[in-house]
Amino acid sequence: MTAPQFTGTQNYLASPDLQDAVNVAIALERPLLIKGEPGTGKTRLAEAIAETLDTELLSWNVKSTTKAQDGLYVYDTVARLNDARFSDKDISDISQYIKLGALGQALKADKRVVLLIDEIDKADMEFPNDLLHELDRMRFFVSETGEEVVAKHRPVVLITSNNEKELPDAFLRRCVFHFIAFPDEAQMKDIVEVHHPKLDQELLDQVMKRFYWLRSLPEIRKRPSTSELVDWISALLRSGMEPSVLEEELPFLGVLLKREKDLDAARNPPPRRRYN
Amino acid sequence: MSASANFLGFFYFLREVGLPVSMTEWLTLMEALARGHGKADLSTFYRLSRALLIKREGQFDRFDQAFGAYFKDIETTFELDDELYQWLENPVLPRELSDEEVAALESYDLDTLREMFEERLKEQTERHDGGNRWVGTGGTSPFGHGGKNPAGVRVGGKGGGRSAMQIVGERRYRNLRSDRVLDTRQMGAALRKLKRLARHQGPLELDLDETIDQTASNGGEIDLVFRPERHNKVKLLLLMDVGGTMDPHADLCERLFSAAHAATHFKAFKSYYFHNCVYDKLYTDMAQFKGVPTDDILKEVDNTWTLIVVGDAWMSPYELTHVGGAIQYSYRNAKPGIRQLMELAERIPKNAWLNPEGPRIWHAQSIAMIRRVFPMFELTLEGITEAVDHLRGAKVVEPLSGIDAIREYTASR
Repeated sequence: MTAPQFTGTQNYLASPDLQDAVNVAIALERPLLIKGEPGTGKTRLAEAIAETLDTELLSWNVKSTTKAQDGLYVYDTVARLNDARFSDKDISDISQYIKLGALGQALKADKRVVLLIDEIDKADMEFPNDLLHELDRMRFFVSETGEEVVAKHRPVVLITSNNEKELPDAFLRRCVFHFIAFPDEAQMKDIVEVHHPKLDQELLDQVMKRFYWLRSLPEIRKRPSTSELVDWISALLRSGMEPSVLEEELPFLGVLLKREKDLDAARNPPPRRRYN
Repeated sequence: MSASANFLGFFYFLREVGLPVSMTEWLTLMEALARGHGKADLSTFYRLSRALLIKREGQFDRFDQAFGAYFKDIETTFELDDELYQWLENPVLPRELSDEEVAALESYDLDTLREMFEERLKEQTERHDGGNRWVGTGGTSPFGHGGKNPAGVRVGGKGGGRSAMQIVGERRYRNLRSDRVLDTRQMGAALRKLKRLARHQGPLELDLDETIDQTASNGGEIDLVFRPERHNKVKLLLLMDVGGTMDPHADLCERLFSAAHAATHFKAFKSYYFHNCVYDKLYTDMAQFKGVPTDDILKEVDNTWTLIVVGDAWMSPYELTHVGGAIQYSYRNAKPGIRQLMELAERIPKNAWLNPEGPRIWHAQSIAMIRRVFPMFELTLEGITEAVDHLRGAKVVEPLSGIDAIREYTASR
């Protein structure tokens, strides 16, 4: 194997499971489907892969109204219509009104790029199936110009899902699948170390204790994620607070919890669960 | 030697335990192995096969168990390149254990097991299959981990990183297990047809056809026309019968329920439980009898809603016709059940009853009575599709005639 192996980057720690999944997806040229709680670094993984492969990252952020066609290209009829009123442009050249989407650009690129299809489950149920053909064959046809775009280098395709919708079987069969479990305390300490090197050990221990305690409260609907923990530590560091304060109270709680009800639950935890 | 011959047994084993691994996925795994992935050790092979064969985290737990059962005992001597390839050339499938064998295995306690294991390791000089004493494949020796011998001792485990058997043995993904994901999608797809798109207030999008028409009639001067985006306006009230005669259908109902819940395309969605028949209260939590007065719910809905009731409609007729007929002993309903159902049906004329019992028993008295109030469909994919067609007004099914007779009957009480 000559290709560089993905082992995580300086700023992105990848578990052995994840490293294997990424490397096998690259080698087999299959899309890699990543699921996991929000805030487990699904999107940042794409950046890390692009960094490892020393290539460009193209992102396609899927929304509820996104159609598969949007990823390939959009024919800007209105611009052409507009230009038709003036004589300074040659509107018979349709290709200048074809705007490639992220998938289209990835297929047309001169080198192998990383394509991130972010939050595929946001779109309509049939959306993944609509993509199958292009992802399999790595080519598409622009019917307006009669041009066929064939990938010179199959892009590394990374797809993320937050589990809002079930994905179709036919689509799943073609993917390599990895589920990012929420990091346990030891892994989390490693992650925090990346963002806050040389953090005071006592503060780290207190922060971890409180963070995982918050996550364990069943009343909390939107559980704080890794990025929120990192922000929280930043806030604590900036305030120069003593670690022991955390035993008594939870300063800057708004950084961790965003819903009013969750904040209430954390401030007045029900008696059956006691801290420590 | 081709890799595919060696591991085919594992493929069949996965399918046997209900993991829907397709041949495509299996061949992808073979390709990966042939390219040199996952050969290093059992842990790498475990990670690789899981990433390529299992596509839902809900199935991880079952996969861990299956992997543990199939590859138990191998780890002590595991060198995939030579040993495992040869060993698995004729894979020995774990044979079914009789209850007696399981009981015999379970009767060992852990300390005894550990001692026995250490002795066995000293004795073992060669590989052994199918016996009941040696560490080997397919045997009933209590060594190995997970799978058919829950009391077993884990075999192997290298220094340094965590071994595959440790990982599969931990059953980290137990919480994620959900056996009902399989058909939820199909049901979701059927329910999805309920969606009725309508344009009303909201963000605007460009109406291209209209823009071109307007521009043309404007003599080429661009006239952009906007219209509101399309939105789904379906509001669904889902009522489900739980407990008693519905128990055998609990799984099916849960699937429908999670499909409806997962459907993000409804403008509004409410769901409640009831037992046998809807009376004065509908429940949000049947186990704890937490509920809301039915009348309050009726106030919140109107004829723009869609009502789907799921139940076997199978009960003693007096539970429908009598005041105080409710089956719960502690509970006295003020209105006969059938009257409550009629009020529901009148409040939400777009309604359907889904019955997990087939039409074979629909002549039963209580079912026949309810069929005069609600059009009834079988709780199958086909039935749901028919019900959805009916609800959309594409193919309307009338309830049985004779509703007036019931109305008179209940009015007299």
